Amino acid sequence: MNLVLREAILAFRRAPLLSALSVTTIAFSLFVVGLFGLVALNLQRRLDDIAERVEIVAYVLPGTPLETVTLALQDVEAFPEVASAGYVSEDSALARARGELAEFRDVLRELERNPLPASIEVKLEPGFRDTDHVTQVAERLRGFGFVDDVRFGRDWVEKLDRLRRVAAIVGLVVGAAFAAVAIIIIGTTIRMAVLQRSREIAIMRLVGATDGFIRRPFLLQGAFKGMLGGVIAVGLSYAAYVSINRWLIQADFFSREQAAAIVGFGTVIGFLGSALSVGRHLKRV
Amino acid sequence: MIKFEHVFKSFPKGGLALKDVSFHVAKGEFVFLTGHSGAGKSTVLKLIYADERPTGGEVRVSGFPAGDLPARDVPQLRRRLGVVFQDFRLLEDRTAEENVAFALEVTGARRGQIPPRVMRVLTQVGLAAKAQAYPRELSGGEQQRVAIARALVNEPTVLLADEPTGNLDERATRGVFQLLRDINASGTAVLMATHDLDIVRQAPYRIIELQDGAVVYDSTVDEPRDRAAGP
Repeated sequence: MNLVLREAILAFRRAPLLSALSVTTIAFSLFVVGLFGLVALNLQRRLDDIAERVEIVAYVLPGTPLETVTLALQDVEAFPEVASAGYVSEDSALARARGELAEFRDVLRELERNPLPASIEVKLEPGFRDTDHVTQVAERLRGFGFVDDVRFGRDWVEKLDRLRRVAAIVGLVVGAAFAAVAIIIIGTTIRMAVLQRSREIAIMRLVGATDGFIRRPFLLQGAFKGMLGGVIAVGLSYAAYVSINRWLIQADFFSREQAAAIVGFGTVIGFLGSALSVGRHLKRV
Repeated sequence: MIKFEHVFKSFPKGGLALKDVSFHVAKGEFVFLTGHSGAGKSTVLKLIYADERPTGGEVRVSGFPAGDLPARDVPQLRRRLGVVFQDFRLLEDRTAEENVAFALEVTGARRGQIPPRVMRVLTQVGLAAKAQAYPRELSGGEQQRVAIARALVNEPTVLLADEPTGNLDERATRGVFQLLRDINASGTAVLMATHDLDIVRQAPYRIIELQDGAVVYDSTVDEPRDRAAGP
């Protein structure tokens, strides 16, 4: 291992320009992937924010005793899809309407009788905020005898559904394309490094080096270059994120795990790219 | 030590390179492999160090079936051989000492053993004083000595030399050839491919001559002939 490490470091020292060039290439390839990741991530977060507003409202028949509703609330909260369920009494519904509908304040004040029904407002857990789940929960709410009507803005939820699906597909396709381009560029860069040392590889074989011995420093070097490129790419992405936040919009950055995944991706591509290039080279010579 | 039995070699695009080549090289023998360029000298050497495989016949080297040795066993065979070339094939970015040490490192020799063994062979080839020099700082003859030191450091039983003096002036040629003779005198078999008849004439060693891929003369079997006439 000692020798492998020394050979790998020596290779950096002997060809500093080519090494720097390949690290830079890897870094920028991954930076493009990172930038796209940032866009996808923020788009996803915004869509999630919007989805958080998905809400089902079940209107309660007038005269239903509070105990009945309270008991039902416990049942509803136990639904796996449900994040929270709250009771809105007739009075608080009116108070809310007064606050929100300022234009009708006078009308609302002069009412003799409160026309607004009490309701149960149900919020769903993330992952259940799509048309199918919302409809299912709505149907179950309708099953309660005291429920008059259930509303959840079907059109809106369906539109949101479609938008999320499109975003996911586009993200996947474009992301895969970016990743593929990064892999090709990084693979080519590593192949250049291998070819540059083909003479050395031939001499190694001549003096009786095993393929494993020849391969190991390349793998180590490739993985290290990939890792370094990944770290630089995350750094560049962070710089981009900071300037976007300062000049354009409030955005989110990768979580620690996501940043680690980019570095890991670089390391794996570096490693596999080297394994492939050296393997092919060793087979050919 | 080296045994060729009815060896044929053809290349997919190059026609027949060797035709029914048979010869034995005994332990400690010195053999010249002569012939014009393209006669098949390098192919014979490549078959010995398993860089090429025969298309027919049998090649055995130091007990290894070199002809059909599994790829993973090839390094083991090469560690028993030393090979030197016309173009030296040194690593340009390593010193003479590092070039020689490299051959030991790849075989997994103990680290502590490496420097004394390297210095011993560098001394043997007369380059102890230039251990720290890079190939570009050495003359052709000196570079070939480093290459020979590298070939010797694993204490091979056979030294293969492919036109080792082809790039050298007369003085350096004489020096390198004398070095090969000394190595042979200490018990290592030497198989030297050359088309330099002056060298061949200098020493009373066995000659195997190739022509168009076939052995046309072997001084141990055929009638002695005027060495000066040569191939």
